[in-house]
Amino acid sequence: MELTTVWFCLIALLWMGYFVLEGFDFGVGMLVPILARDQRERRVLINTIGPVWDGNEVWLLTAGGATFAAFPDWYATLFSGFYLPLLMILLALIVRGVAFEFRHQRHDPAWVAWWDRAIIVGSFVPAFLWGVAFANIVRGVPIDAEKNFTGTIFTLLNPIGLLGGLVTLTLFLTHGAMFVALKTDGDIRHRARALAVRLGAVAAVLAVVFLIWAQRHTGNAGSLALFVVAALALVGALVAAARGREGWAFLGTFVCLALAVAGLFVALFPDLMPSTTPGGFTLTTTNAAATHYTLTVMTWIGAIFTPCVVLYQAWTYWVFRKRIAVHHIPTDELAQQGGRGELGMDPDPGHVLG
Amino acid sequence: MDSVLDIARWQFGIVTIYHFFFVPLTIGLSLLCAVMETIWLRTKEQEWLRLTKFFAKLFLINIAMGVVTGIVQEFQFGMNWSDYSRFVGDVFGAPLAVEALLAFFLESTFIGLWIFGWDKLPRPLHAACLWIVHLGTLFSSWFILSANSWMQHPVGYRYNPRTGRAELTDFWAVMFNKVQLGTFPHVIAAAYMTGAAFVIGVAAWLYIRKADDRALYRRAMRLGAWVLAFSGIVVVISGDVQGKIMTDVQPMKMASAEALWTTSNTCAPFSVFTIGTRDGKHKKWALEVPCLLSFLATGHFDKRVQGIDNLRAEYQKTYGTDPGSRYYDAGGYTPIIPVTYWSFRWMMGLGASGAGLGFLLLWLTRRGRAPNAWWFSWAAILSPLWVLLGNSVGWLFTEVGRQPWVVFGVMTTQSAVSPGVSATEAWISVISLTLLYLVLAVVELRLLVHFIKKGAEAYVEPPDPAWRDRDDDPDRPLTFAY
Repeated sequence: MELTTVWFCLIALLWMGYFVLEGFDFGVGMLVPILARDQRERRVLINTIGPVWDGNEVWLLTAGGATFAAFPDWYATLFSGFYLPLLMILLALIVRGVAFEFRHQRHDPAWVAWWDRAIIVGSFVPAFLWGVAFANIVRGVPIDAEKNFTGTIFTLLNPIGLLGGLVTLTLFLTHGAMFVALKTDGDIRHRARALAVRLGAVAAVLAVVFLIWAQRHTGNAGSLALFVVAALALVGALVAAARGREGWAFLGTFVCLALAVAGLFVALFPDLMPSTTPGGFTLTTTNAAATHYTLTVMTWIGAIFTPCVVLYQAWTYWVFRKRIAVHHIPTDELAQQGGRGELGMDPDPGHVLG
Repeated sequence: MDSVLDIARWQFGIVTIYHFFFVPLTIGLSLLCAVMETIWLRTKEQEWLRLTKFFAKLFLINIAMGVVTGIVQEFQFGMNWSDYSRFVGDVFGAPLAVEALLAFFLESTFIGLWIFGWDKLPRPLHAACLWIVHLGTLFSSWFILSANSWMQHPVGYRYNPRTGRAELTDFWAVMFNKVQLGTFPHVIAAAYMTGAAFVIGVAAWLYIRKADDRALYRRAMRLGAWVLAFSGIVVVISGDVQGKIMTDVQPMKMASAEALWTTSNTCAPFSVFTIGTRDGKHKKWALEVPCLLSFLATGHFDKRVQGIDNLRAEYQKTYGTDPGSRYYDAGGYTPIIPVTYWSFRWMMGLGASGAGLGFLLLWLTRRGRAPNAWWFSWAAILSPLWVLLGNSVGWLFTEVGRQPWVVFGVMTTQSAVSPGVSATEAWISVISLTLLYLVLAVVELRLLVHFIKKGAEAYVEPPDPAWRDRDDDPDRPLTFAY
């Protein structure tokens, strides 16, 4: 196999990893106002992804870095072309990431409410925009002969792009609800499972429409097979959730997301970014790739270290395998925060930031 | 300021300097917290666990900011500098990708384990997680600095006229670039200084305010002082090595650091302070140390140092007229001289005095003594700002001093910018990021002040899960929860 093909597959793998992992933590973030009935339930939700969201996000950074190294033209055209959506994703990821760490630092309700908004908006925006971006990559965008994107943000907000956005949004919501059902206990676990089935039904309809479009637009036998298995996995996930088999249900949405992304990449191959401009430049695995030498070096490094990453990330999930319920959320923090002797210097910490 | 180039340059400056407040704090504090936790494990002295938890809390607030602002760094090469990315991706992309794979995964995964793992991991393994995070920050620094060093001194590549881009020919040459070998110890030691100064500043302030806990904060100050003093020495030595390498590979940067217009054939003086015209061409008054510039640049007091005018003539012969000249001096190929001149001095002054403060603090706290002069307390409290500013001016010098090149001698900054991005888009980007960063800076500072005011919590024996049976009480509340 050509090294360019290897790297196309590796980058597809990184995006698959990103979608299946950060997919559920986006989902959990979006579900905070929907699933939780009170503050402690909100904290249960946030704590299901607390130890892992940061590691999940690195799949994106690695996909970005790998694209830069293996297909510099792809990185350059994509990132400068999808400028405003990427900027919005960046802003969302910034406030979201900070929110996880800052939210619990103070117990002032206004403070908590602001960071809740940051988590919610910061999860909705990328969950929608990644779908818009991927739909447009597959659909093709105007790229001139100099390899530069010539459209605007409105070029990307076409019906297919918007449909793609809704697909990732609903799939991530479903995936997140499945994860919550798997990782929590008590009342919220059952609500999450019931919600996952309802959300999943909506997601399934949207996803099937989108995948049929993708298959007709640029598909091949390989992508068809992947899309079919992805759809079946989603249906299986819903059936499993309805029967209370949470592990199988989560595996179902996991496989669905992974194979749907894989199918899109297979449908795209060997193109990276097809141009819709007559006489424009379609980026492909060969004309946008780095040199053979760079790819060789990167292949060695990737082959050695990617398995290590997968191993220690899997170990993290094992360490934090226990379900979380409301009674696991510590309650004494409020007392600790305000009640310690302060030598009269900070009599009302609520005012410091509130 | 109407062109995308100007806006993109301002954005790069703003977000990078901002990001680099959190980076050295993360590198330095991850080391210091890991040391504190390890000492606690070895000595079982409660104070060390209290210090670990206290400084870790402040460290985690910082690392969150460092992580999220770091994403912008990776994205903006493609967003604002797409022609740069196309041209250098083959060489420059590899370290970035490896950084993500080797370092970011390590840092993000093990920091999660450390934060949430107090009741899940045996104590030695818990401490090991923080050491692994620190190792991750070092890997990260190595790869990103090797990428930056390549921009200062491109090696291990060839220009391919057919594809019109730089292509990697020797990965190891890029990894062990001689500029990198000077820069890495310099930056890491400066980061250790930053973490140490942070610990000293916080502890010195609490030492004054919490009379009943002085022994605790004195310990923290002592640890900080050792790290500050010894990393300070490494900063000075590696900085000296760097200066000589720089003179060799980027002589214009050295000439600009001194605003030396004409070549000095022997014994070039170093001016500590100058009053002159804004372009730095004419000095009215200067405090000079004879022959010092020759020594800084070459290691000999009597060696020749090349001047700006001579270098410019040489560059014009080699590269033609400078296409980026409209930014700088009419003659081209020079950075903004007042910026390089003053940032060079401030960098050295702040760095050396920071190291000096470390030794002074060690002396003043020797054998159980306590520093109680008011001026000294204030110097200690302000030292974190001092060192952070030193980092910023250091990078300002390094990056501004390379201009008008983005890759020295290979690509100008002007030709690196994204051709397809509109000024409106670039404005939206720089304004939204700057405003968000300002808000977050205020929030983060108030949060830090809030927790610093509270001081270290009382000692609570943390759980120590045995290696095998973890679920002794499945209903126990989490030791740490978001």
